[in-house]
Amino acid sequence: MSLSAPAAARPAPPMRLLKRVAAYGQEFILLGAIAALFIIVGIISPRFFGANNISNIFAGNAYIAVAAIGMSLVIISGHIDVAVGSLIGVLATISGLLAVNGYPIWLAWLAPVVIGMIVNAGVGSLVAYLRIPSIVVTLGMLSILKGGLISVTSGAWITNLPEDYLIAQFRLLGVPSPVWFMVILTALVAVWMRYSSFGRTIYAIGGNVEAARVAGIQVERSTVIVFAIHGAFAGIAAVLFATQLQVIQSTVPPNLELTVITASVVGGVSILGGTGTVIGSTLAAILFAAIASSLIFLNVSAYWLRSVQGLLILITVLADMARRRRLR
Amino acid sequence: MTATLRSLLRHETILAILLVIVLAALATQSDRFFTTANLLNQGRLMTEVGLVALAMTFVIVTGGIDLSVGSILGLTAILLGVFWHNLGLPLPAAMVLAVLAGGIGGLINGLIITRFKVPPLIATLATLALYRGLAEGISQARSVRGYPEWFFVLGQGEVWGVPTQLWILGVLVVIAAVVLGLTTFGRATYATGANETGARFSGIGVDRTKMLIYTASGLVAGVAGVIFVSRVSTTRSDMGTGLELDVITAVVLGGTSIFGGRGTIIGTVLGLILMQALKNGLALSGVKGDGTIVVIGLVLILAIVASNIFSREGDG
Repeated sequence: MSLSAPAAARPAPPMRLLKRVAAYGQEFILLGAIAALFIIVGIISPRFFGANNISNIFAGNAYIAVAAIGMSLVIISGHIDVAVGSLIGVLATISGLLAVNGYPIWLAWLAPVVIGMIVNAGVGSLVAYLRIPSIVVTLGMLSILKGGLISVTSGAWITNLPEDYLIAQFRLLGVPSPVWFMVILTALVAVWMRYSSFGRTIYAIGGNVEAARVAGIQVERSTVIVFAIHGAFAGIAAVLFATQLQVIQSTVPPNLELTVITASVVGGVSILGGTGTVIGSTLAAILFAAIASSLIFLNVSAYWLRSVQGLLILITVLADMARRRRLR
Repeated sequence: MTATLRSLLRHETILAILLVIVLAALATQSDRFFTTANLLNQGRLMTEVGLVALAMTFVIVTGGIDLSVGSILGLTAILLGVFWHNLGLPLPAAMVLAVLAGGIGGLINGLIITRFKVPPLIATLATLALYRGLAEGISQARSVRGYPEWFFVLGQGEVWGVPTQLWILGVLVVIAAVVLGLTTFGRATYATGANETGARFSGIGVDRTKMLIYTASGLVAGVAGVIFVSRVSTTRSDMGTGLELDVITAVVLGGTSIFGGRGTIIGTVLGLILMQALKNGLALSGVKGDGTIVVIGLVLILAIVASNIFSREGDG
């Protein structure tokens, strides 16, 4: 049951604002946290507001937010994908190899998206039709993709990328393109999730599979589609990641799947499925990037970053469980 | 009941036959495979995964999962170095404390899962990050070396011609098999995984059972961590990364249902040996380390697909 589906709130006028704040609680908390972090760290170390750093926080981590959009859909539908980091690594390498070997640029941009969709449609089929838990399939995929990538490339760097391939370094109206991707994709998916019938289908499956089935939703087919969409977003994220620098390190970015899952979960996507929005996951990705950057400015060793990540997930999940208990 | 027993036996029989075929194939492929030295060395290499897999069998039989074991192993290793090298404790005391720390890690998992009703998958995913982060933060990527000679007996030495850690694994295999197969605690474990609500109404201490199992999982991961340090003579914060994958593969390959309620220690041991034989065989025929990860991933998925098809036939 999607108790906290935000669209369902239709209260009397005086209560409306309050209810709306409550419905979007997680997003407001995250906005507040981001603002507080910027102010506090900015006061301690004004260099935090340097143009380079701000651009790094937003543009440099936009690919995580983009990947987290797809991940959020998967988690809302009641599944998980721990292989997304490896998939992004593989897709980025494929994209880079196409670009340096003289294939058309548009193909180097499009191929990761299409391949990501196909691979994850396969994963989704195993999950949906053979009833294998997504954690097991994606754990298997994680090692297949990771091991496969390293044994094929030996982690060699891809260099000499053509200048017009580096889409992540383009700017529009002075704003780096990854930020545009992040904002536009988040907005599109947020609207689509809320108003389209397929968006509601995803919430319904995650909220209660049996109820969704009884209501006439084709659960299996929808699950495969959700995974395929997730694969497409992983592809877009891979292109943004691959074109960020002048080189592509053809390995799997360490820990990336955890960062993406953290963004989704901390963004308010309930791990029990059925609730959450992609606006939250994007804000959480920004918050996490800002935390990583503040550690540097506060002279805290970057080696503590992963504990912060773990704590953030734990706190959010515990708060989510407490909130559910109150609702009951 | 007898039907379940029969289907379990069937899975293990299939597995045993498969194992014999794989071993025979490897023996004909390479004359270096079937030597006592190689087999004992393989036993040494599989001990850490094996120890953790024993506890993981209990965890998965209850319908749960523990993704944090690799991180607990890494944290234990780092703490061992810190207690001994930085705090100047005697090494035996440091070993005990490090293993206990692993147990506390498992206890915290159990608390989050039973008290706050967080799904085990996400709870241990969070602690996977947290414990690994603590290992990295505490060590600041510095390694500790220079352990005394006697310490290496555990990971590199032999007792009566057999690697020391294989004895430890052997003893724990027997204990785990007896506890899961023959005690009320074992029955409670199956009942919890088969039907948690039903188990609760039958008066089984479901939460207590789970707490004990997750704590035990942390403890054996701690023991595995100490053995790991002794085997490779150094501590590093990235030790045990990805261990959970090997462990879960061995357990699932051994016929334990990922949905809970079904599984045996014998199956896990067979799954473990089969996996190690595959790794070793691939290595001997020239496949590099990363290639073997691919095979393990494939084997994991195929094993589950096969066991799902079999179990559905059994139900019908």
